[in-house]
Amino acid sequence: MTRPSNRVIAAGAAALALLVWLLFWGVPSWMDRGPGASRPSADAPASEARRINATLFFVSTDAQGLVAVPREVPYGATPAEQARHIVAAQLGPAPASLHSPIPPGTALRGVFLSEAGEAFVDLSPEASANHPGGSMAELFTIYAIVNALTVSLPSVQTVQILIDGREVETLAGHVDLRHPLPKDTTWVKSP
Amino acid sequence: MHARYRIAALSMLLAAAAFVQPPSTYTIMSREGRRPLPYRAQGGQDMVSLGDVASAFGLTVREDVAAGGIIVTAPQNRTIVLTPGQPLASVQGRVVSLPAPPLREGRTWLVPVEFVGRAVGPVLNTRLDVRKTSRLIVAGDLRVPEVTISIEGDGARARVNVDMSPSTPRAVTQDGSRLIVRLEADAIDLRAAQPNARDIVAGVRQSEAPQNILIDLGPRAGGFQTSVQPRTGGERLVIEITAKDAPEPAQPADPATPALPAEPPPLPDFGGAGGLRTIVIDPGHGGDERGARGPGGTEEKAVTLRLAYRLKAALEGGLGVRVLLTRDGDRAVAVDDRTSLANNNKADLFISLHANAAMTAGPSGAQVLTLSPEGYATEAQPGAAPAATLPVFGGGARAIEIIPWDTAQIRWLGESARLAGLVHAELGTSVPMHPRALGTAPLRVLIGANMPAVLVEAGFLSNADQEKALAGDEMHAQIVRAIVSAIVRYRDPSAYAGQAGGATAPGGTPTPEGATAPGGGK
Repeated sequence: MTRPSNRVIAAGAAALALLVWLLFWGVPSWMDRGPGASRPSADAPASEARRINATLFFVSTDAQGLVAVPREVPYGATPAEQARHIVAAQLGPAPASLHSPIPPGTALRGVFLSEAGEAFVDLSPEASANHPGGSMAELFTIYAIVNALTVSLPSVQTVQILIDGREVETLAGHVDLRHPLPKDTTWVKSP
Repeated sequence: MHARYRIAALSMLLAAAAFVQPPSTYTIMSREGRRPLPYRAQGGQDMVSLGDVASAFGLTVREDVAAGGIIVTAPQNRTIVLTPGQPLASVQGRVVSLPAPPLREGRTWLVPVEFVGRAVGPVLNTRLDVRKTSRLIVAGDLRVPEVTISIEGDGARARVNVDMSPSTPRAVTQDGSRLIVRLEADAIDLRAAQPNARDIVAGVRQSEAPQNILIDLGPRAGGFQTSVQPRTGGERLVIEITAKDAPEPAQPADPATPALPAEPPPLPDFGGAGGLRTIVIDPGHGGDERGARGPGGTEEKAVTLRLAYRLKAALEGGLGVRVLLTRDGDRAVAVDDRTSLANNNKADLFISLHANAAMTAGPSGAQVLTLSPEGYATEAQPGAAPAATLPVFGGGARAIEIIPWDTAQIRWLGESARLAGLVHAELGTSVPMHPRALGTAPLRVLIGANMPAVLVEAGFLSNADQEKALAGDEMHAQIVRAIVSAIVRYRDPSAYAGQAGGATAPGGTPTPEGATAPGGGK
C-alpha cells in the first residue's frame, strides 16, 4: 500500500503545481495578451526591459547652475530612438531637490539625427511660450537638452532645437538657435 | 508763298510745338559733378535718348542693321545688345529685363531710364542708382541718402520725422532761429513736407551746402531733443521741438513707456570722448516680446528701456558721445535691426541691456556676457576679414572689407572681453553680482555686431527683492554710473592700469567665475 500511495501523492502534488501555475501565471498572461494578440517573439520581453544609463541635466537646488544626474532610460533599437528616449526623460520630472529646466507643458514632437552627428530636437510651442525668460533660464533649458544628448550619445556632436517643426531664432530672446549647438558644460556645477 | 499755305504751315508748326513737350531732365550725380540727362515721359515710362546716355557715360552706339540689333560698347569691348521690340538687354551675355522696349525716334533710339542702372552700370562695373521719384542717377560711391521729412504736432510741440535711407551719421545743431541737420553725405535726395501751422516749425528746406537740411523755427519754438528709431533699410531721426509756452509733460503712468529722466545722474567731468564717438544702447525685448516678468508684474522690456534712457543721458552728458537707442518706445525690434543700427552708424560700442530670470526665486545679481564663438563659422577669426577692391566711377578703386553678418562679432571677441571685464569690475563695486557674473554664450543679438559688444543682465526679476530694486531708481543710477565708468576706463586703459578689470582668459574671452569646467567639454 505504501508505494501506490506515494504515486498518488506525487501525482496530486504535480496537479496542484499545474493548477497554481495556471491560476497565477498562465491564465493572467493569456488574459493580458487578449484573444487577438499575436505571440511575442522570444527576445521581445528582454528588449523591453533593457535600459541604458544616460546623463540628464537639471537645475541645481540653488538654481545657480545645472547638475548632471545619471538616469536609466529605455533602450532604443536605433540611435534616433535612443535619442528620443533620452530627451523624453530630460523633459520629465526632476529628481527631488532639483528643478526641471524645461518650461511646463513642453512636449517632445520628435528627434531626428543626421549622418553628420547633428541631432534635431523638435519641441512643442510651450517650450517658448511658457518660458520664464532671462538669459540664464534660457541657457539652462537649451544646454540641459544639448548636453543630455551629446554627453549620453557619443555619436551626437551638436544639437539644434526646433519649435513646432520649425527653426527659430531663440527660445526666449537670447540664445542663438539658428545653428546646431555643441556641448557646453560651462554652467554645470557639482551637485 | 501763298498766304493760305503760310497759315497752314504756321498752324502745323504750332500744333507740333504743342504736341512735343519740352524735355525734362534727370540729374546724373557723380564725383565729377552733375550733368543733365533729358528724358521724355512716353507710354508711362521715362525714356532717355541712347545717344545722350552714350555721351554721358563714354559709350558708343552702333546699329547692326543686318542682325536687327543695337550694340552699345563700353571700354574694354564690353557690350550691351538691344533688340527693337524686345524689353530686354543682353549685358555681356546676361539678359536683364527692361520695362519697355527701345523705340526709334527719328535718327535716335529711346530707352527706358532703367536701362542706365540695369545695363550701363554692370557694363561699366559701377553702381548707377536710378531714382525715378527724384529724377536722380547717383553714380559710384557717392553718398546721397534718400531723406523724407514729415511734420506733425499738437500745438504744444512739433515733431519733425527725418526718415533716412540708408542710415546716415548726422548731427543736429541750432543756429539762431533754425536747426541745421548735417548729414555725413555728399548730397541729399530730399523730399520735405511743409508744416500746416508755422508757429513752431516755419518750414523745412535744403541748405546751399549739399549735406545740410535747414529747419526754420517759428516764433513759439523752444528747446529740442532728438531720438532715433530703426526702420527697414534705414532709420528715423525724430526731432521734437517744444513750444516755449508748453506746459510740463505729465509723467507717464505706463511703466512700458517711461519718460526720459529729468536730469542725467551727476558725473565727473570725463573730458572728451577720445576714440569713442558713437555708442549704441540696446534695450532688450519690447512690444509683444516682453522678456522676463517678476512676481510683482515688472516686465523686462520696461526695465531695459528705462535703464537705456538713463544710460543714454549719462553718456551724452558725461562723455559727449553720440548715443543711439535701438528702440525708444515699447515696440518690437528685430534682432538684426538692432545690430544693423550699430553697424550702419559705425558705432564704437554696442551694449545690450537685459534683466534676468531663473527657474526659482533664489538667484540674484548682475551678469555681463559676451559672445561664445562655438557653433559659428570657424573661418571668421580675428583679422580674417577678406578684402575686395571695387572700381569707382570715373576711375580708381576702393578697397572694402567683406564681413559676413553672422560672424561680425568674432573678430571683436578680445575687445568685447576687455569691455566686459571692466563693466563687471565696475558693477561689482556698486550692485550685487551673480556668483557667475562673467560669462560667454551664443547670444543672438551680439553675433552681428561689428564692434566690441556686451550684454548686461542688470539683475534677476524672478527674485522679489531684485524686482523691487529694478523697478526703482537707485539701482538704475548705480548701474548707469558703473557702465559709464567702465566705458571711460575702456576708452583710456593706460590711465587706469593696474586696477581691477575682470579676469580675462589668454584667448581673450572672459573666464566665468565659479564654473567647474570653463571651456571644457566644448
